[in-house]
Amino acid sequence: MKFLSKRRKHSAAKPLLLVLALLAVGLGYSFVAPQQTSAETEMTQQIEEGKALFDVSCSSCHGLNGEGTTQGPSLIGVGAASVDFQMGTGRMPAARPEVQIPARPVIYSQEQIDAVAAYVASLGTGPEVPQEDQYSPEGLTAEEVAQGGALFRANCSACHGIVGGGGALPNGKYAPSLFETEDVHIWEAMRTGPQQMPVFSKDVLHDEDVRKIIGFIDAQQDAPTYGGQPIGSNGPVSEGFWIFIVGIGGLIIVGGWIAKKGARAR
Amino acid sequence: MARPTTIGDASPVIEPAVAPTTKRNPAAPALKWGDDRVGLGKISRFALRKVFPDHWSFLLGEIALYSFIILLLTGVFLTIWFKPSMAEIEYDGTYQLLKGIPVSEAFASTLHISFDVRGGLLVRQIHHWAALLFVAAAFVHMLRVFFTGAYRKPREVNWLVGIGLMALSTIAGFAGYSLPDDLLSGTGLRFADGLIRSIPIIGTWAEFFVFGGEFPGELIIARLYMVHILLVPGLLLGLVSLHLALVVYHKHTQFPGAGRTENNVVGYPVFPVYAAKAGGFFFVVFGFSVLLGGLVQINPVWLYGPYDPAKVTAGSQPDWYMGWLEGAVRIMPGWETHVLGTTWSWNVFLPGVGLMGLLFTLLGLWPFVERWLTGDTREHHLLQRPRNAPTRTAFGVAGMVCFALFLIAGGNDIVATRFGLSLNAITVALRVLVFLGPVIAFIVTKRICLGLQRKDRERVLHGSETGIIQRSPGGGYSEPHLPIHENEKFLLTQHVQRQPLEVSPDTDENGVRISQEVSSTRARLSRWYLGHDVPKPTAAEIAEADHHGEDGHELEGQAEHQALEDRQPEPAND
Amino acid sequence: MSHDNLPVKDPDLGHSVPNPGLEEHVERYTDANEAAGNRAYAAVVGMLAAVPLLAIAFLVVYFAVPNDLLLDVRFGEVHFLTANAQNFWLGLTSGLAVLLIGLALIQWARVIMGDEESVEMRHSAASSEEDRAVFVEEWEAGAKQSGLGRRKLIGGALAGALGFAVLPAVVLLADMGPWPTRSKRAETIERTIWAEGVKLVNDETWRPIRPEHLEIGQLVNAQPENLKQFHGSAFQVEKAKSSLVIVRMDPESIKIPDSRKDWHVSGILAYSKICTHVGCPISLWERQTHHLLCPCHQSTFDLGNSGVVVFGPAARSLPQLPIKVSSDGYLVAQSDFTVPVGPSYFERDSSEDFKDGDQ
Repeated sequence: MKFLSKRRKHSAAKPLLLVLALLAVGLGYSFVAPQQTSAETEMTQQIEEGKALFDVSCSSCHGLNGEGTTQGPSLIGVGAASVDFQMGTGRMPAARPEVQIPARPVIYSQEQIDAVAAYVASLGTGPEVPQEDQYSPEGLTAEEVAQGGALFRANCSACHGIVGGGGALPNGKYAPSLFETEDVHIWEAMRTGPQQMPVFSKDVLHDEDVRKIIGFIDAQQDAPTYGGQPIGSNGPVSEGFWIFIVGIGGLIIVGGWIAKKGARAR
Repeated sequence: MARPTTIGDASPVIEPAVAPTTKRNPAAPALKWGDDRVGLGKISRFALRKVFPDHWSFLLGEIALYSFIILLLTGVFLTIWFKPSMAEIEYDGTYQLLKGIPVSEAFASTLHISFDVRGGLLVRQIHHWAALLFVAAAFVHMLRVFFTGAYRKPREVNWLVGIGLMALSTIAGFAGYSLPDDLLSGTGLRFADGLIRSIPIIGTWAEFFVFGGEFPGELIIARLYMVHILLVPGLLLGLVSLHLALVVYHKHTQFPGAGRTENNVVGYPVFPVYAAKAGGFFFVVFGFSVLLGGLVQINPVWLYGPYDPAKVTAGSQPDWYMGWLEGAVRIMPGWETHVLGTTWSWNVFLPGVGLMGLLFTLLGLWPFVERWLTGDTREHHLLQRPRNAPTRTAFGVAGMVCFALFLIAGGNDIVATRFGLSLNAITVALRVLVFLGPVIAFIVTKRICLGLQRKDRERVLHGSETGIIQRSPGGGYSEPHLPIHENEKFLLTQHVQRQPLEVSPDTDENGVRISQEVSSTRARLSRWYLGHDVPKPTAAEIAEADHHGEDGHELEGQAEHQALEDRQPEPAND
Repeated sequence: MSHDNLPVKDPDLGHSVPNPGLEEHVERYTDANEAAGNRAYAAVVGMLAAVPLLAIAFLVVYFAVPNDLLLDVRFGEVHFLTANAQNFWLGLTSGLAVLLIGLALIQWARVIMGDEESVEMRHSAASSEEDRAVFVEEWEAGAKQSGLGRRKLIGGALAGALGFAVLPAVVLLADMGPWPTRSKRAETIERTIWAEGVKLVNDETWRPIRPEHLEIGQLVNAQPENLKQFHGSAFQVEKAKSSLVIVRMDPESIKIPDSRKDWHVSGILAYSKICTHVGCPISLWERQTHHLLCPCHQSTFDLGNSGVVVFGPAARSLPQLPIKVSSDGYLVAQSDFTVPVGPSYFERDSSEDFKDGDQ
């Protein structure tokens, strides 16, 4: 300290200090700022891109700032996961107002969806798009997948059916089939509660539980139909249909053959 | 004993010399053994050459009989492994997606049969398919008997036996469906619990007695097992035997036709033709069931998971024969009334218990109601063509339409999702349609029957259309008709023209009041039931029409034209 | 046999056209043409000959195909069938074998056996006059022999004895289940294990729930924490009554009657999961309409309005469980349900249950 205090009054001290300070700031800046700037600009750019897309495709129903209109709900606080689900499954942008917006072919690239998601996320905090380890069923044991089955039957099958084929809801609405749904979208649907679907928050059903459920859904869909042709997996309804058409119908044909007089000599 | 050196003339021992020349039936000793003890010969004398008529619709009952036999055979196999216990264990079998899940022994043993017993899944699936086939065939068989009037005297008793079989087979089916203790069947059991509970006055008691306390308890699977493998099959076996014995005793009915009368039966003898056909058909039915069991999945309980009273799945349905009740329960409005501190759950009781009772009561009473309406006391061995009993046929179709609408209601959620309709709209529409549909069906069917009667009449009198248009020298156009074959003419006219009952006097010849045999109400109902038939051609009409025909075909068209004009002023005959 | 007991005396009644009599028998093609007959014969034998082959194939499949082998029938990318190979081949071989036996037998009867129709006469089920007379005579002789005519009491006594003998048999069934007397009902169907302070826990994971865990629009399928103490059938019996659906709604968007204003925790409401119709567990909840639909019979309840019925066959509102927050911050019950859960039953008047518009 003496060394410094002695030279404090040196004539070159001030300019030198200034240079040092500038150097330090410059160095520091060079360490931190450039990365920050590029990330920030990228982020801002993405949000701006998202905002531009939003203005074109979403704002007519959800409002220019996502505040919602009579046509569509407010998007403030729904989070990026919600956007990723709605646009990633082709539900949004909706073609027309309907009782229930159906899943359709996805028309936006994942980058575009990410951009809109980033923009909507910037409007208010909500569930983020999950990392792969949050939803991926990789590494689950057989028992854990089976537990996922129990969770599925407790929380999901009431609406989506026992094999995930979907089911009816009041007044023309329906729980959609899960056959084509991607793992990440299942996670996002549970966390955000799209349309009539209730939310299953991460504090009640942990990511671990959701992974088990996804693991079960995947495993069940990959599983063979052990007994043969599954006839639509509609349970007793299609079984009853089959027994009348194939069973009774086929046997009546045989019966007709039995009772029919064959070809005569004249 | 000294060997005889000669054989006297009187000695009867000559058989060995004759025997080699006649060809002995190798079965003869066995037949003799049987005859000596139970009189096989006497029985077979009549049985072997017993005649059965040939018609595809007579095989429907056989499908039911054969599926019943298949059910007994496959059922025995399943009992070797099935454990009717609700005790909880942790599943540790082959099926990975339920590994470590707590399940009942019943469920675990069902999975064991499906995944760990070789051929177990096949037999389980054959059993379930055969069960659906059994009830379906019995149902279709009943429709055949109904629409052809085969239940008429002297077969009313057998009709009642059939109704009993129908009821028992649905019970057997429901009990069997419940045994695996999976989520779907458990939901069905919970429904049954609610159904029993809804019975006025005794509901709660019946519920506690059936389940041994509160739902689900620990006894119901074992009790249903007893019902499914002992009680109901035993009763079914007895009633099936009675059903068949009566068929043999009454001899089978036959469709009308040349050479067929009320007093004979035309067909093929049991031995060998009918035995081969019927026996062959058993194997065909069995083959169908096995192929279905091997190729088409049924009741995949592993997908449904074990029963848990807190879990449920969208699209919960019972097997088809319970579907109409399920449908009725679904579309019923939520009616409940309260009397003196009690609750009457009409919303469950009426469609569930009430409708089932109504159906079986109506079916059971029908032959007697019809007899009361027609006053018919003849024996009937010739079947009716459905068109010749238009009101009955209309009733039958109305009933089927009603049943079908209830069945659709039982799958209203599946209909909603598959056809993109609103669940609520379907339900509301069906509430109206189950009443409106049968009425429309009744009217339409009766019209169709009467139309067919008219067509028959035309065909007998004027022959069949040739499709050739001829121009007469006078410039008129006509279509010549070809007379039909005598056999067809007979077929179309052989039925007895049924006359409605007339009001009988309510006083005797001395003016003293007596009990009236045919009241005015009965006569009115009888007129409604029978009075609209198109009169069948009389012998005189046919003779006249034939006479026209002999004059030459070109006149036929004119004659018909004339006939049409003649008929115009007449009021419609219905 | 004599023909005096025919079912009807006038089989030609009302005939406008006389019965033409049986059609003349016409030979079949297979009877007339020897080559065709031989082909039919070969076909029948051929079908039967295939059966042993199929049976042996069945045995081979049974012993050689492992139980876990899968069959994958596909055409390019399209999978027609992925099934258990053993089941498929066992079914196919044995099914075809059995089917072929049947088809062969039928074909034998159709084209090889003689096909001349036979006629058999029917006989009325009714007995002849003579038989009836003999029956009456013998019945009377028997009745006389029995002495019932003079000692009438025996008959009545026998009927009474038989009637009363049925009683023990019926009474034996009285222990099939406990009797649902008033007190028995009170300890069974009229109560659940919910009680003051019992934690609401997530079904399957058994995690207790804090109010802040629930977002608006959230549904939780829950159970009482003390359910864990039960095992086996007792567990199932209690679970069948105590299951809950917990939902969180915006308090501003729902109707809460005065009598229930303390039953919820800032828009978190708990209802019985057991349908009041026939008892299915319900959890098809629509977060926007607040309607809860039963998948069994489509009864629909409005959870935003104290669980009243808005559609379907149910007659009673879904019972609501009063809840609060415990001192350690978890959702707990205030008490048991105030009305029995599940379907109505005869002995209880449910007219006082909550209805739309009650306060």
